[in-house]
Amino acid sequence: MSQEKASGRALSGPVKQTSGGRLPWRLEYDSSRIRTPWWTPIVSVALALVLCAIFIYANGMSPVTVYSKMFKGAFGTSYGITETLVKAIPLLLCGLGIAVAYRISVWNIGAEGQLTVGAMAATAVTVYFPNLPGFWSILLMLIFGVAAGAFWGLLTAIPKTHFGVNELITSLMLNYVALLALDYVVFGPWKDPNGFNMPGSPVFTDAQSLPVLGATRLHIGLIFALVAVVIYYLMVRFTRWGYELRLIGANQTAARYAGIHIKRHIIIVMLISGGLAGLAGMAEVSGVSHKLMQGISPGYGYTAIIVAWLAKLNPLGLVVTSVLFGGLIVGGFSVQTIGLPSSISEMLQGAILFFLIAGDMVTRFRIRRGA
Amino acid sequence: MQEYSVEMRGIVKRFGSVTASDQVDFSANAGEIHALLGENGAGKSTVMSMLSGVYRADEGEILIHGKPAKIRSPKDAAMLGVGMVFQNFRLVQTLTAAENIVLGEKSSFWRGRNWIKNKHKEIEELAERFGLKFPVDRPIWQLSVGEQQRVEIVKTLYRGADIIILDEPTSVLTPGEVEGLFSTLRRMKQEGKTVIMTTHKMKEVMASSDRISVMRKGKMIATLVTKDTDEREVARLMVGREVVIERQEREATEGEELLNVKNLSVYADHGRKALDGLSLSVRKGEIVGVAGVAGNGQKELAEVLTGLRTWREGEIIFDGSPVKTASVRGAIDSGISHVPENRMKSGLAGRLGSVDNLLFKSYRSEEHSTFGFLKAAKNRIWSEELVRKFDVKTPELDTPVQQLSGGNQQKLLFAREVTHRPKLMVAVHPTQGLDVGATAGVHELLMELRASESGVLLISEDLDELLQLSDRILVIYNGAIIGEETHETADRERIGLMMAGIRSREESMV
Amino acid sequence: MDFVTPLLIAAISAGTPLLLATLGGILNERAGILQLGAEGLMLMGAVTTCIVFIRTENLGVALLASVGVTALFGLIHAFLCITLRANQTMSGLAMTLFGSGFSAYLGKSISGNPLPGVLPRLHLDFLKPVPVIGDIFGNLDVLTWLSFVLVIVLHLLIHRTSWGLHLRAVGDSPATADVMGVHVRLIRYGYVTIGAMLIGLAGADMVLTVAPTWNEGLTAGRGWIAVGLVIFARWNPVRALLCAYFFGALDSLGFRMQLLGSAIPPYFLKMIPYVVTILVLMYLGYRNRNKPSGTPESLGVPYVREQRF
Repeated sequence: MSQEKASGRALSGPVKQTSGGRLPWRLEYDSSRIRTPWWTPIVSVALALVLCAIFIYANGMSPVTVYSKMFKGAFGTSYGITETLVKAIPLLLCGLGIAVAYRISVWNIGAEGQLTVGAMAATAVTVYFPNLPGFWSILLMLIFGVAAGAFWGLLTAIPKTHFGVNELITSLMLNYVALLALDYVVFGPWKDPNGFNMPGSPVFTDAQSLPVLGATRLHIGLIFALVAVVIYYLMVRFTRWGYELRLIGANQTAARYAGIHIKRHIIIVMLISGGLAGLAGMAEVSGVSHKLMQGISPGYGYTAIIVAWLAKLNPLGLVVTSVLFGGLIVGGFSVQTIGLPSSISEMLQGAILFFLIAGDMVTRFRIRRGA
Repeated sequence: MQEYSVEMRGIVKRFGSVTASDQVDFSANAGEIHALLGENGAGKSTVMSMLSGVYRADEGEILIHGKPAKIRSPKDAAMLGVGMVFQNFRLVQTLTAAENIVLGEKSSFWRGRNWIKNKHKEIEELAERFGLKFPVDRPIWQLSVGEQQRVEIVKTLYRGADIIILDEPTSVLTPGEVEGLFSTLRRMKQEGKTVIMTTHKMKEVMASSDRISVMRKGKMIATLVTKDTDEREVARLMVGREVVIERQEREATEGEELLNVKNLSVYADHGRKALDGLSLSVRKGEIVGVAGVAGNGQKELAEVLTGLRTWREGEIIFDGSPVKTASVRGAIDSGISHVPENRMKSGLAGRLGSVDNLLFKSYRSEEHSTFGFLKAAKNRIWSEELVRKFDVKTPELDTPVQQLSGGNQQKLLFAREVTHRPKLMVAVHPTQGLDVGATAGVHELLMELRASESGVLLISEDLDELLQLSDRILVIYNGAIIGEETHETADRERIGLMMAGIRSREESMV
Repeated sequence: MDFVTPLLIAAISAGTPLLLATLGGILNERAGILQLGAEGLMLMGAVTTCIVFIRTENLGVALLASVGVTALFGLIHAFLCITLRANQTMSGLAMTLFGSGFSAYLGKSISGNPLPGVLPRLHLDFLKPVPVIGDIFGNLDVLTWLSFVLVIVLHLLIHRTSWGLHLRAVGDSPATADVMGVHVRLIRYGYVTIGAMLIGLAGADMVLTVAPTWNEGLTAGRGWIAVGLVIFARWNPVRALLCAYFFGALDSLGFRMQLLGSAIPPYFLKMIPYVVTILVLMYLGYRNRNKPSGTPESLGVPYVREQRF
């Protein structure tokens, strides 16, 4: 029966004239364009601003007013600039950690939780060893913060390497666990007895606080972050370890054939990633809020993902993007005075990421005339 | 005037700067078996892919049954009665054979038990008519390679194809299965179908086809009637020069034993026993070839020897001392180099440049790094030298290697694997997908290794290559070595039988 | 009443949004496209439902609006992943981040406002005399019944129809499906969009039943749990039902234990679903270490037609 069907079809002549239904041009993928042009991040940010402008306009506000207000709030005054830098510190630290993991395609989205446990561990030092002298107190808080963050990272790494569990899900679940644990300690055992029943730990003493620069709120966490950038840059660029990361990132199978232990590297990068986020958490409690409380991070861990991706995982680019996004957060707060929710900056962040990943790919296509 | 069932005129197809098909004319008749012959990379598959709608031709026209046809997609081709059996089968592993065959059929939305039962019957009848047999209700991943090919053939028949293209159909089959395939093809021919088969194997072409078209380097060279020509003429057309079929005379090697593998048993990924008590040895200055149909344990053998896979039982002695645990680093450090099967998948990192790719195995050594830091400037100079010495054509040292041609990629890989004077090289299909010139280059490198007292374990499906290079040829079947031939006594036919699991003449009689 | 029946009722109530989202994820992933934006989609679905419901006081319109908005998001994801071949992980993440920011922005004006109504329930009085069954099924809301229907429909669709065969083929081997004349792009676009709509509906259900008012980030990671449930359910709608109710039960177990005066602080009880998700995935990973897990084989891999082999 199949034969009759076939000859019937074959004799029916030219099958179909499809040219009418086709577009006069088509996109063609050009596989040789691997490197994206330098201007895609800038264009993505611009397009995201335009998109959100539409939403702002639909909300009955003038986008120009809102954006200029945001810009002035973040970069217009010396207070604004230091605030922006204060926000840039955790973004830079978490962003570095995320960048190192993403280099070998370990999609850690748990920086938020790693930061939170870092802050908790640092606070634990102040709660259980309240009378240590300044240097030892800070050092111990630093060690505890980094170790706790690294441990939280390890909890994501081990299920991935030994049980094949997707790290996205694990790291995100652990964010919620960390936030609930934070709620527990600030409402429960670590609650400040003199805090008028408000959730939160007792306020840190001077010995437990990071030194600030001059009369600003800018603390020496900035130095930690910049040192981390330099170390990261040198490590990735010039060391055997950096070379191994590069190989794994480019081709995992080939890296395995070259004798590189992929699992070990996943664990190492998650320890670093978590440790840096933990350091950010320690710096936040000790340098900014001076006590442990709910909302210690307004989503730094998530924003840092975009910061890292926008910088194309490049450590020097990260310095720029983290300041930019620090400004975005500060600007978001400043528009609250004219009745807009601060979540506008979150919205902008998501939109930037959308345009960025689209932009990375669009530039690999070229338009061809004719179907 | 005679009307061809398929006629292709002036077909041009370019991939970037490579012209894979250059003004090709081709035609085939109903009721004939037409062989399209050419070496790897000659453009046979490209031309056939355009006929079946996988690629679109840049220039030229295609006529089906004398009428111009626009073939934009596999769907268009199917509508015109063109079906293709691809070299790497287009089957969905998780679906059953029957589901694969009816895939794409839009006739009925609801598929209850009755519908499935009727379809199974219909498919079995169709298969029977052409002498094909396979279980219709089992998922593809449970079928043997030969059975999968039969599913593919029935699929094209079921969809009403009267022009059937088979791309290198015999490369995955044992000699016995090849016979079965040819009898199926003859039945198709009797039913008036047009059968087109691409291949690079001379003997099979002479035995099965009515006409032969020969392609070389993207061009159509000639079309001949099989019974009016001979193997010599066809071979000359295919290669472009007289082929020297005789093997080179050589000194037998008497080097000391380098590798000794005893009773090795290995389990593959899903608990299947891949190597079953395998034993072999390689001497210094010796090329040992391993022949076999794909999937008989070659992959696992290479992986164990290069430290990528652990073994369950058995003993490996390398260079006088036993190997205790599987470790890639251990293997590299003890002087085992590896040319893996798929160079872009596991041999090179396509996004990185030549320097990074050359450093793969040696970046840990004192020569290339110190205190954990790479010696960047020195490594660059070293890479430049290697690229020059091995004649790798790359625009710049930092050009991503995925932009190089297959031959240049392989040269780069050999440069890396040879430069540190390996004691043993494990080479898996080292010339796959390379043109004649690049293949000759690889063969030369392997012979140089042999001359410099290194051992080579050459795993290949290309019997000619093995016969030409190997001092000894071992035949692997079901995870064990079932036969051995020396350079002087190796016999194509005997090896072919052993590849099918038949050890001796007596056994083949039974 | 005993302890079990109310727990079952609570499990179904808390499990239904998870079920809807998991079903959406299954369709997405069966077609070979990762959907990690579930959290953002649920939030968008929830906020749209609230805004439109409060404005129009018409539940039907509100549900349609939420499904429409998430369909649009699904199309964007499809465009990025299918047409532009973007990184599917990052696209999903972008959707989650944008969804949570945008929903917070939109929902600011109605945050905390009570909704003007609830989901209509089907009172099946004839079931009343049957013990347990009557208590559980006698008084369920329409979205729960819809989810039951969807489980059956999707099961039959995937395993008993030509569309389902195409879907499975597209997820496992798009190249094969393409050669066989299946329209890979169209099917992927379709299921990604429908999947996103189901996830949006999950958000709507969540806001209408679990928390009858809009709160920023009210899904609290349920979208991510659904991503895990897709794996847990091995891409099978019937198993999805069981898995979703299991998690629904865990979710409400903490609350019940608190009511019973448990000494464990509520924060730890609330951690249970998150911790169990990780443990279950680890267990599955351990058990399936030597066999195929049922993952669609081309999941997360963009399909490119003119590839040179």
